[in-house]
Amino acid sequence: MIWAKEETLSREEIERIQTERLVKLVHYVYDNVEPYRKKMDDAGIKPDDIKTLDDLKRLPFTTKQDFRDNYPFGLFAVDKSKLARIHASSGTTGKPTVVGYTKKDLETWAECVARLAVAGGAQADDVCQICFGYGMFTGALGLHKGLERVGACIIPSSTGNTEKQIMYMKDYGSTLLVATPSYALRIGEVATQLGLNPRTDLGLRTALVGSELMTEPMREEMKKLYGDKLCVTQNYGMSELMGPGISGECTELCGMHINEDHFICEIIDPETGEVLPAGEKGELVVTCLTKEALPLIRYRTRDITKIFYEPCKCGRTTARMDILDGRTDDMLKIRGVNVFPSQIEEVLLRTEEIGPHYEIIVDRKDHSDILTIKVELAPDKMTDDVAELEKIKAKLKSSLRTMLGLDAKIVLESPHTLKRFEGKAKRVTDNRKGLT
Amino acid sequence: MKQLTVFIENRIGRLEQVTEILSQNGINIVCLSLSDTGEYGMLRMIVSQPAQAVEVLGDAGFSAMLTDVTAIKLVHHFGMLNKLSKLLSDNGIDIKYMYALNSGADAAVVIKTSDDAKSEQLLLEAGQFSVLSASEVYNM
Repeated sequence: MIWAKEETLSREEIERIQTERLVKLVHYVYDNVEPYRKKMDDAGIKPDDIKTLDDLKRLPFTTKQDFRDNYPFGLFAVDKSKLARIHASSGTTGKPTVVGYTKKDLETWAECVARLAVAGGAQADDVCQICFGYGMFTGALGLHKGLERVGACIIPSSTGNTEKQIMYMKDYGSTLLVATPSYALRIGEVATQLGLNPRTDLGLRTALVGSELMTEPMREEMKKLYGDKLCVTQNYGMSELMGPGISGECTELCGMHINEDHFICEIIDPETGEVLPAGEKGELVVTCLTKEALPLIRYRTRDITKIFYEPCKCGRTTARMDILDGRTDDMLKIRGVNVFPSQIEEVLLRTEEIGPHYEIIVDRKDHSDILTIKVELAPDKMTDDVAELEKIKAKLKSSLRTMLGLDAKIVLESPHTLKRFEGKAKRVTDNRKGLT
Repeated sequence: MKQLTVFIENRIGRLEQVTEILSQNGINIVCLSLSDTGEYGMLRMIVSQPAQAVEVLGDAGFSAMLTDVTAIKLVHHFGMLNKLSKLLSDNGIDIKYMYALNSGADAAVVIKTSDDAKSEQLLLEAGQFSVLSASEVYNM
């Protein structure tokens, strides 16, 4: 099913809408947001200079630093009295990033999420268990309102207390799970430990995952746990841009459809800032066309992906972005090689002798970087035979060398000993910080 | 006969935790061998109640399992262990690991080979070795 007619417009029609909205947006921010007016004046650009989509690249970028410099409301285009809701991101480094919505913004948000939820497999008769942390985080309420708009029933179970989550799921008959991919796996794992069979004892049909990277093997792992019928789709969003609602996979699983009437996505070279041609991989930059409270021009997401425009089998004509390849700031430079944790994860999840949880540690000894990966043995692969265990290590080491071009030290741990995460997983420890 | 094997990460205090759990549950350690690979160790033990040991260690988050091994009694005399290993190697059997078991006046070893049934049979046929029964060993 396709939720909105905006998802099937012709390319000309989409671009006509985007152009019209972009021209209006540039005037809107110039008139209402001081930092934007200053940026444009500094760059010598007047609102009237922006007439086509191609002119977009002349506008300066917006970055996380702009949010910090203008904390809390400096980037808002409306008076505080017009706000209907405020959210904030976790703020692991310094002050949180504050975002605001007008009443109309909340409507747009719910509409954007509803489209992606339906594309991702949600139906009006779904019972949706939302295992995202409610509170300042945009993920939970974003999906909540979007799924409500679809007509589904919501269980706002939030995060934590995994055993209780499983009880709700079983007793209230949840058919759709909203969670991070690692927490979706964790729930299945705990259910198994409790003696349940997630395939038969739980009635999940769909998992809408987000808020952290999901690799293909992770999706496979989820299907292994909950059964092949489980439809696992992921969607993409970011608090600064709106929250969830930017793009999401349809059930054809070939990229994430972008809500193009509300967002213009560009791909740039993160080093030079140059716009890259369609199909090339680089940093995703998003312009929010319709937000009243917090309009953003060319926001640098630091997420690495590519965009393609071929029509999809599902019938939607919107451009799609690839599953994320990592973040420019997650990228580790190890002995001069660019390494994304997602690449390591892919190798680990392909290796059936070990479980899906891992930790990555980077150290520096005698001026050389050392990559250590801690993994857990799969409970059913545990053996008394040291030679067998060493063989598993050697196999992992060699697959990692093929993927990364680097040697890693593998540390085997017993099953269920590595840290589990209920929100975003923090699996990388870089002990080189502060060293030169 | 069942051997209890526990995979332990090379961290201070892990062995202590294992022995504490066993002692709290009234499980006696008959003999043990601890091998180390640098990052993790394999703690192999013959204990009085192997099945219960797996359960209580598993509940405590340890990866414990049971493995079939054989306990062989041999006369405490020079050359006996050599005879035993020669007999096995002559028959193409690989000894994976072996450790001593204190059985009083005679000598005894716990042994794991590439073919336990065949080695047991060969040793019995040789007439100079006897196989200790599981209950005999568990109650030592």
